[in-house]
Amino acid sequence: MELKQTLRRIPTLLGSARAAMAAFSARYRMPLVLLLLVGIVVFPHVITGPYYIRVATIMGIYVILASSLNIIIGFTGLFSLGHAAFYGIGAYTSALLATQAGVSFWIALPAAGLVAAAFGALIGVATLRLRAVFLAFTTLGFGEITRIVILNWRSFTRGPLGIAGIPVPQFFGTPFTRVSYWYLVAGLAVVTVLGVYRVYHSRIGRALVAIREDELAARSMGIHVFGYKVLAFTMACFFAGIAGSFFAHFQRFISADSFLNTESFTIITMVALGGTGSIVGAVVGAVILTLLPEMFRFLVEFRMVLYGLILIMVIVLKPGGIVGVKGVFEKPKSQRKPWIVEKLTRKPTIPDATQPQGGTL
Amino acid sequence: MKVLDVQSLVVFYGKINALKGVSLSVEQGQFVTLIGANGAGKTTLLNTVTGVVEGTEGSVRYHGKEILNRYPHDIVRLGIAHVPEGRKIFPELTVEENMRIGAFIMKDRTRVQALLDRNYELFPRLAERRRQEGGTLSGGEQQMLAIARGLMSDPELILLDEPSLGLAPLLVEKIFEFIVEINRLGKSILLVEQNANLALQVAHYGYVMETGRVVREDSTDRLRSDDAIKNAYLGIG
Repeated sequence: MELKQTLRRIPTLLGSARAAMAAFSARYRMPLVLLLLVGIVVFPHVITGPYYIRVATIMGIYVILASSLNIIIGFTGLFSLGHAAFYGIGAYTSALLATQAGVSFWIALPAAGLVAAAFGALIGVATLRLRAVFLAFTTLGFGEITRIVILNWRSFTRGPLGIAGIPVPQFFGTPFTRVSYWYLVAGLAVVTVLGVYRVYHSRIGRALVAIREDELAARSMGIHVFGYKVLAFTMACFFAGIAGSFFAHFQRFISADSFLNTESFTIITMVALGGTGSIVGAVVGAVILTLLPEMFRFLVEFRMVLYGLILIMVIVLKPGGIVGVKGVFEKPKSQRKPWIVEKLTRKPTIPDATQPQGGTL
Repeated sequence: MKVLDVQSLVVFYGKINALKGVSLSVEQGQFVTLIGANGAGKTTLLNTVTGVVEGTEGSVRYHGKEILNRYPHDIVRLGIAHVPEGRKIFPELTVEENMRIGAFIMKDRTRVQALLDRNYELFPRLAERRRQEGGTLSGGEQQMLAIARGLMSDPELILLDEPSLGLAPLLVEKIFEFIVEINRLGKSILLVEQNANLALQVAHYGYVMETGRVVREDSTDRLRSDDAIKNAYLGIG
């Protein structure tokens, strides 16, 4: 009974929290953004523990990954289950450029973005004509293929040994410190979020959302549906590649294990939890799902179970996510509550004795 | 001057022959209607003209230029707007966002704004609801939005597919008044309708389709007074 009561209240609680947050952030938008920026700058000087700065830096990587995947899933309504592959391609590009060719990090970073984007465009052209489910399968397959290629192309990727000794980036001759990594990732995350924001509010963003809402109608409006889908894919993969490059130079060792399909699911869960289609949502989702596993470290391998549970809960109880205005998991136009909520909140139907029984006139 | 000229158009859905050589044309500024029962191929014809469905044989000319099997996004740019069956508005976008997507092919912002103002003037109801989500509009308002959105690309020819679908009779009349008004503003119109009665009252010229073929064509005055048409489509004998 207790559990039932609590479950019953989750959607309303999330809903009111969301409404309060929306009202609050709409009113104090600029101060909030400023506060956030100041927080980014002073954070490593206030909380100096290496562990905390490390977790925050990883969080920054996930903000980039979730925000970029949001372009595909949230704006365009496409199901890509292979985002980690592009993240990995970025990481390997950057790592190989740095270790094999001695290329500076500052050149390897954009190069990784471009290579990942090129792969994104290629995969996009090959798969984006497929319908939702098949697209999900093929992107999932691509993730797996990428892993297998990395593991087996030993002469190029060193296979299961991974790539070690990736140089520490230098900033005008001074090697990066823990704090400079944080500043860089924070900067990259801010640029990504701003970039995604600009895209959303542009002609391109409008085209993507129109495709999500109704592909056929979008086509009748003169939108080159396929072209814009590929564009969305390419843009998202660019940012994923950037994140990968940063990760490679931050971790200084990479192997296929960091870019498994489970990683893709983690990113999707972040987007879904925060709210598909919401720019702030992707950030919130990334933050929560980086911090949560840290708090639940004792669960070790069972963390994936937690992710799965969260994903299911969000889809069933709050398809719009925490911040999201509307989700792609939500059936358009349908005002009906998810069945489980309907079932839990349905009032018992006891015939009302005060009302006359029988047929109506 | 013929704006649209369809000649012996043949369309297959797999093995099913949906259009078996249909010819039809729309003159500059003319209001043409295409009536017929369910499954006659009316929607298929519109979808083939707009490039959504592929045609096998025949020709579709727009101002004398062949456009059969060109991409839908190219065809919109030529000046043909398609108001699809079932309205297909973007339910989670606001009225204004819906309208702006209608002007997607236009890059000139001042022109888009001008079109927006003009269409709000034509549909004051939509102006009132510009910040409202499309999905929350009533059926009639959604149809108005679909038409207004089609007008946002500033087309010369408008293809309307069943605008009366699922609307109360009073609303249907209202929608038809708008269509007549749009025609008066100089747009050529090809209207596909099951509500033959009303369509034949407002249009200049009519085509009657049956199972993939045009079986009659004439001025709407003559079609209206034709006994066979009366019996089959107008429900008055």
